[in-house]
This record gives sequence, C-alpha cells and structure tokens, in this order.
Amino acid sequence: MAKELDKIIVHVAEIMINELKLEDVTPENFDPEMDLVDEVGIDSMDLATVALVLRDAYSVRIDEDDYPKLTNIRLIAEYIHRKLAA
Amino acid sequence: MKLVSHLLDDEWYARYKRISRLNIRSSIYDVTNRCNLRCKGCFFFSSDEHKAAPEEMDLTKWERFVHKEIDRGVNLAILIGGEPTLCLDRVEAFYKRVSTFCATNGLIKLPRDRFPDLMVGISLWGDETDEKTLRGKDAFSISSKHYEGDPYAYYLYTLTPKQIGKTERVIQKIADAGLKVHLQLLSNDEGVDGFSWTPAELVDIRAEMDAMLDAYPRTVVSSKYYHEVICTGRMQGQRFGWQACPSVTITQDNRDPQPRRLTNFIRWASDLETTHRCCTSETRDCATCKDGAAHMSWVMVNKRAHMNSSKDLQNWIEVYEMFAKLYQFIPW
Ligand code: SF4
Ligand code: SF4
Repeated sequence: MAKELDKIIVHVAEIMINELKLEDVTPENFDPEMDLVDEVGIDSMDLATVALVLRDAYSVRIDEDDYPKLTNIRLIAEYIHRKLAA
Repeated sequence: MKLVSHLLDDEWYARYKRISRLNIRSSIYDVTNRCNLRCKGCFFFSSDEHKAAPEEMDLTKWERFVHKEIDRGVNLAILIGGEPTLCLDRVEAFYKRVSTFCATNGLIKLPRDRFPDLMVGISLWGDETDEKTLRGKDAFSISSKHYEGDPYAYYLYTLTPKQIGKTERVIQKIADAGLKVHLQLLSNDEGVDGFSWTPAELVDIRAEMDAMLDAYPRTVVSSKYYHEVICTGRMQGQRFGWQACPSVTITQDNRDPQPRRLTNFIRWASDLETTHRCCTSETRDCATCKDGAAHMSWVMVNKRAHMNSSKDLQNWIEVYEMFAKLYQFIPW
C-alpha cells in the first residue's frame, strides 16, 4: 500500500517536471511535501496541464473544484491512490 | 529548481502569498448595445459589435445566466457595453451574485444606495480638448462630480499620443477629486488622424507614465513593468499579439499551439448566447493592440516565466496586485 503510494508520488513528480519543464530537480529528490503554489510557483493552468496527463496515465479525473486542496505532490498522489482504490 | 521563497525576501514573500491563491477567473459581458456617447475609436461601435446580437430584455434570463456563469467557475464579472448604467437591473443581476466590476463613461451616476461597493471604472480619454475631439464632450467634468471621493471608483485614463506632456494636469485633477486612476493606451481602432502611436511616442509616453507613478503613488494605480510591457509589447523575450494573447474567448480559441491563457474566459454579447472573439474589438489588428487588460493578463498567466530572478518575480507580483486592486480582490 505504502509502496504503491510512493510509486505514484515519484510518477506525479516526474510528470510535473516534464510538463512544467522544471529544472535542477529529479522525481526522486522532489520534496513531495513542498507547497506547489507558494514554493514552486505553479498556477491552476499548470495544474490543469498536469491533471490531463495524470488522467491519461491513471484514468483518474481530477475535479477542478479539488485543485485548491491539492497543494503538494503527496496530496495529489493520495488523491489518485484513493480514487484508484474506490 | 528556483523556489519562490528563495527569490523573495520576507516582505515580498508575504505580498506573493496574499495573491498567490486568488485564482481570478474573469469573463466579460456586454450589458447593452446602447450608449449615451459615441466616441471615435470606441472598439464596440467601430467594429459593429453593437449589431452582433439583439439584447436579451428578460431580466429573469439575465439572472439565470449569471448563475450558469458562476457554475462555469467565473468569479469576476466585468461589465462593459455600450453603457452598462443604462440597464441597472442587469448590472444588479450580476452584482447581487458575483464579484462585479462595471465600466462606465460616468455620465449617469450609479446609485450608491443600490450598489454601495460596486467597483466602477470611469473611462477618460484625455484632457478637455481630446475628450471633445474623440467623445464630443468633456465627460470628465460630469463624471468627476458624480464620483468625487468615491472609494469604489477610479478613472481608466486612455492615453493618446496627443497626451504626451499633458498627463500631469489630468492626473492632478483626478487626485483633487479624491479618485484614483489606472493608465492604458488608445489602440485607435478607427484610425483617427494623429492618434496612432509611433515608436518614439511610445518611448515618451512610457517615461511619462513612470514619472506620474513616481509623482502620484497614491493616485496612480499602476506598475512600471506594466508600462514597459504595454509600451513595448514585449515580455520575457515574447512578443504580444494573437499567438500570445490570453484574452481570447475559449470557445473560439483554435490556436495551435495554445498559449497560456485565461481559464474559461468568454466575452458574451448582450443576447447571452453570442460570443465575441476577445476582450476587445473583433476587427482590431492584434499586431497593434494595446488593450490594457489583455497585457496585464498576459503577465499574470505567465508567472513561472518570471521566476528567473527576484526582480522578475517582483515585477510579476506588482502587476498581479495592480489587477487585484482594480478588481477589488485586495484593498487599495
Ligand atoms: S462611452 Fe464607452 S461604450 Fe460609449 S461610445 Fe464611448 S467608448 Fe464606446
Ligand atoms: S485584439 Fe488584442 S485582445 Fe483581441 S485577440 Fe488580438 S491581441 Fe488579444
């Protein structure tokens, strides 16, 4: 269970790095608790871009109303993990 | 990876956090096809947008429409026209339900008992001479009496090449009326002689805008970076124009590749069904477009392009704050 979540965390980080062209960071050393808005500077359009790729990867749709809650990579990964389990 | 907190000191970081989650989602609404002025260079009439669709007259349909817009995620309704104050019931349909901004020429005073804190942007096209040339009337002399000292009103001062060297007198009059002013540039949609910008005039007006911001910081709501972007049409190595514009109606946006843009932005005609191409004239040449809101939004949707240096990010924060103040998301 925890391993599955860890895998999703790294995958979300990888997608984020690729889609948003983030430099000097790897999926492995991307702090999953780092605040995406207040630290990484992403906005809702960035999140929508990432959400599209995640939808294709996991067949999980991230509701736009949920964006404000998804403030770091761990929370996004947990959201996907929960939806996959449901 | 560059982090926001590494680029900003504590004070700037606090300013960043105040705006970073506002998530402003605006759309624009033509409240009516009519106006009590007929300005030369008005994009609405010059491009025949007033004929694009018949006005919806049923107020309940306006109310239902506003609810649908809110469901679509809109949290800022920008009311334009024509002249919105000719149809106060429609203005109220928005005002009661969603954060609303109303553009007006100020000839009709918005009743403050009915709209106590509705933010009003009063159009101003220069000094008395320019206003008479372009609008047939010195509208300022009327609007400044209607809104004197009003904390929820400011002037949208459209600068023309003829205003170079003359803006201070106008801004002083606005300050004397206890009001604020935001500066924008005329796009001269009707090609009025002498009102199109030359490169040298854009350099001059930018310097003057900067000087006015320095001299009247409590009156002028602006930022030097905004002046730079609107006067040069350039931002972080990109050029403004159709391919970069963030303010294109989403349902008409078939650009490929898609630029960064306002989420779900639509400009609606007053039949509540027809849409217009963008926030301004359908017939305007994007290569010479000076639309202030489109330039501001262009900066705002490109936050991460401003994460190269502290100065760039501070510039971005100032533009975002300016927008948030003009549309009442944060106080003056
Ligand atoms: S007041 Fe505004 S809407 Fe009316 S003609 Fe002038 S610019 Fe156009
Ligand atoms: S006219 Fe201006 S606002 Fe409209 S699409 Fe062109 S650049 Fe954008």
